Amino acid sequence: MSKVVVVTSGKGGVGKTTSTAAIGAALARTGKRVCVVDFDVGLRNLDLVMGAERRVVYDLINVANGDAKLTQALIRDKRVETLSLLAASQTRDKDALTEEGVARVIEELRGLFDYVLCDSPAGIERGALLAMRFADEAIVVTNPEVSSVRDSDRIIGLLDSRTLRAEQGQRMEKQLLLTRFDAARASRGEMLSVADVLDILSIPLMGIIPESEDILRASNLGAPITINGSTSQAGRAYEDAARRLMGESVPMLIPGEKKSLLTRILGRRAA
Amino acid sequence: MSFFDMFKSRAATAPVARERLQILLAHERMTLGPKNLIAILRDEILATVAKHIDIAPDALKITMGQHGSVSTLEIDVELPTEKIAPARHMPMRATA
Repeated sequence: MSKVVVVTSGKGGVGKTTSTAAIGAALARTGKRVCVVDFDVGLRNLDLVMGAERRVVYDLINVANGDAKLTQALIRDKRVETLSLLAASQTRDKDALTEEGVARVIEELRGLFDYVLCDSPAGIERGALLAMRFADEAIVVTNPEVSSVRDSDRIIGLLDSRTLRAEQGQRMEKQLLLTRFDAARASRGEMLSVADVLDILSIPLMGIIPESEDILRASNLGAPITINGSTSQAGRAYEDAARRLMGESVPMLIPGEKKSLLTRILGRRAA
Repeated sequence: MSFFDMFKSRAATAPVARERLQILLAHERMTLGPKNLIAILRDEILATVAKHIDIAPDALKITMGQHGSVSTLEIDVELPTEKIAPARHMPMRATA
């Protein structure tokens, strides 16, 4: 059965696109057929993060308007064969998206893929609402920072009221992906802790992605951090999150609980 | 700044952030989210029903509608027939 998942946050710059690419690649590497869809019409970037920016011919708007076939617009990843991308249009704006058009595209994608990941634009306007409209579940990407948490709370309210599922009286499953987490700063009380954010937003935790240099490196290269079976901490965190999305229970490691000097000296085992 | 402050690590600001958010969001949820009511009702009704009958989360449907001047709340729970025991002859299982 096919699952449509929206990756959303309200606030910009928290890591929606990076997370869509990383989770999409991790899912696809397990053999699942995955399509990542960019809903950020006019400001597309998923193509760039996926390393497919020079291969975009047709896009979401072309398919939604019936100007191109879905199969013509899908860009197959060159590294993982079960992974595809549907890019957003760069020359149009969000008003070019219609609900009927998006409904048709999503329906067709459901027939071709196990997972459809919709990368939402920031904000709470048309583009963001249409990205979540037909989703079965949501990944709420949040940074441990006040403005991001506030915006996530607002998005959770919209997921519970403006999605098709919510309007039909069904439950909208939401999971929190905490990104850019700095365990050392959190343990010093300089950053909201995992418990703080969970307490405030009260939705289940899907993963904790540590702040990492490897993320920027991955986007520089156009290679999602999980594309080669990652060895980095952030890559592993994304892989675990992807497995949780598939319904596996993977123990959650809260990175870098404060260590005493003694355990630091005695126990230099890798976490 | 006192002499001892030099040795203290920078003050922990996360508790302040947490408290500010809790106050702000309690207020914003009230003013922005009456639509959230359906989701809250659904979760609570589901929890109540699930205490006594084993039902799937998807078996509960809640819709709010408006017919003329009347608002309606429609709650539709699909129950698996074999799971409903004849309650009279069985001692109630008290689960919390």
